[in-house]
Amino acid sequence: MDQLQNMNFFASLILIFTSAAFTDNILLARFLGMCSCLAISKKVDNSIGLGGAVIFVTASTTAFNYLIYKYVLVPLGIEYLRLLIFIVIIAAFVQLLEMIVERFSEKLYYALGIFLPLITVNCAILGIALFMLNKPYSFWQAFAFGLGGGFGWFMAITLIGGIREKINESDLPKGLGGPAITLIIIGIMSLAFVGFSGMLKI
Amino acid sequence: MAYTPKQVFLNGIWLDNPVFRQVLGICSTLAVTNLLANTLFMCFGLIFTTTLSNLTISFLRDYIPKRIRMIVQVLIIACYVMIIDIIIKALAPDIHHFIGPYVGLITTNCIVMGRAEAFASQNKPLLSMYDGIASGVGYSLVLIFIASVREPLGFGTILGMTLPARDVWWHAWTIMIMPPGAFFMLGLFTWFARRWLTREVKR
Repeated sequence: MDQLQNMNFFASLILIFTSAAFTDNILLARFLGMCSCLAISKKVDNSIGLGGAVIFVTASTTAFNYLIYKYVLVPLGIEYLRLLIFIVIIAAFVQLLEMIVERFSEKLYYALGIFLPLITVNCAILGIALFMLNKPYSFWQAFAFGLGGGFGWFMAITLIGGIREKINESDLPKGLGGPAITLIIIGIMSLAFVGFSGMLKI
Repeated sequence: MAYTPKQVFLNGIWLDNPVFRQVLGICSTLAVTNLLANTLFMCFGLIFTTTLSNLTISFLRDYIPKRIRMIVQVLIIACYVMIIDIIIKALAPDIHHFIGPYVGLITTNCIVMGRAEAFASQNKPLLSMYDGIASGVGYSLVLIFIASVREPLGFGTILGMTLPARDVWWHAWTIMIMPPGAFFMLGLFTWFARRWLTREVKR
């Protein structure tokens, strides 16, 4: 952690981004955002749409939550209210995003349907905000962490979507279709990502 | 539709089990099941939250405006999660250090939210409370089962106690305590549970 403080500004940002996206992948190593992932990842198109929305929301809310936590909650000594405050900020952002998507891409709006408001309860977003608090990040580092986490989620769900499109056409044993086979696929992918974890440690 | 309490319990625990039937609350299922002790605290937290939030939301169901009900529900749930977070921190600081973020994430646990939205906002308070308990117990049973497979295989212990004659026959199966092990275990469990369930329903 000390080495992070001594490092060049941009180098530390890139390092945090990569570690959040690959070695500490929010979906494959921290298990967050599974519910919407399992429900939406049937098709690549939808995966990309939801993934993009998640990147936007995580990056902006992580930065915003960081500011609120550091300059409002800590000085007032009310850190225990963080859950409440964070979830309200996230919900407000999602509402904003919903309006934007509805305005610009009607097709995507209907494809995502109920899952757009459900980004609010996507645990990846609140999870990234909570994990960020455990680390001594500066503002831009927190932003890079949020961006990296969102990107990691996007990448994972897109890859899973691609695999599921193929799997859906094959003949599976009874009961294995749907969530069960998807979990096993994610397990195999997660094995590959565990291989990354030796590369860098933050 | 009217439910009897018995039906509610049967649905929550087995027929409509939140984990392997409705595929909700997967995140914490995977994350906390590497040690049985963590799992027990997590289950305790979830049952507490889902029971009380279902009760509260059901009491308030006629007063919450439809348009903003999601945010109101989330706020009610977040209050209970804060309470349980503080309780676990006081009871078991070591365990809290590890599962802390995941306890906070009960707020966004889809089971709590899903039951509030699907059941508590349409049914009477007492019945909603039963539903909360049933879903919580259904979730807990799956978690305890998975944890009691992963911990012995990965660490060679159960609830921190060493297995008998561990040095003789036991060999660390490290994958079981890493993320992939969790995915494989839950995948297989879902497969078998669904297979069994479809057969039973047919009969």
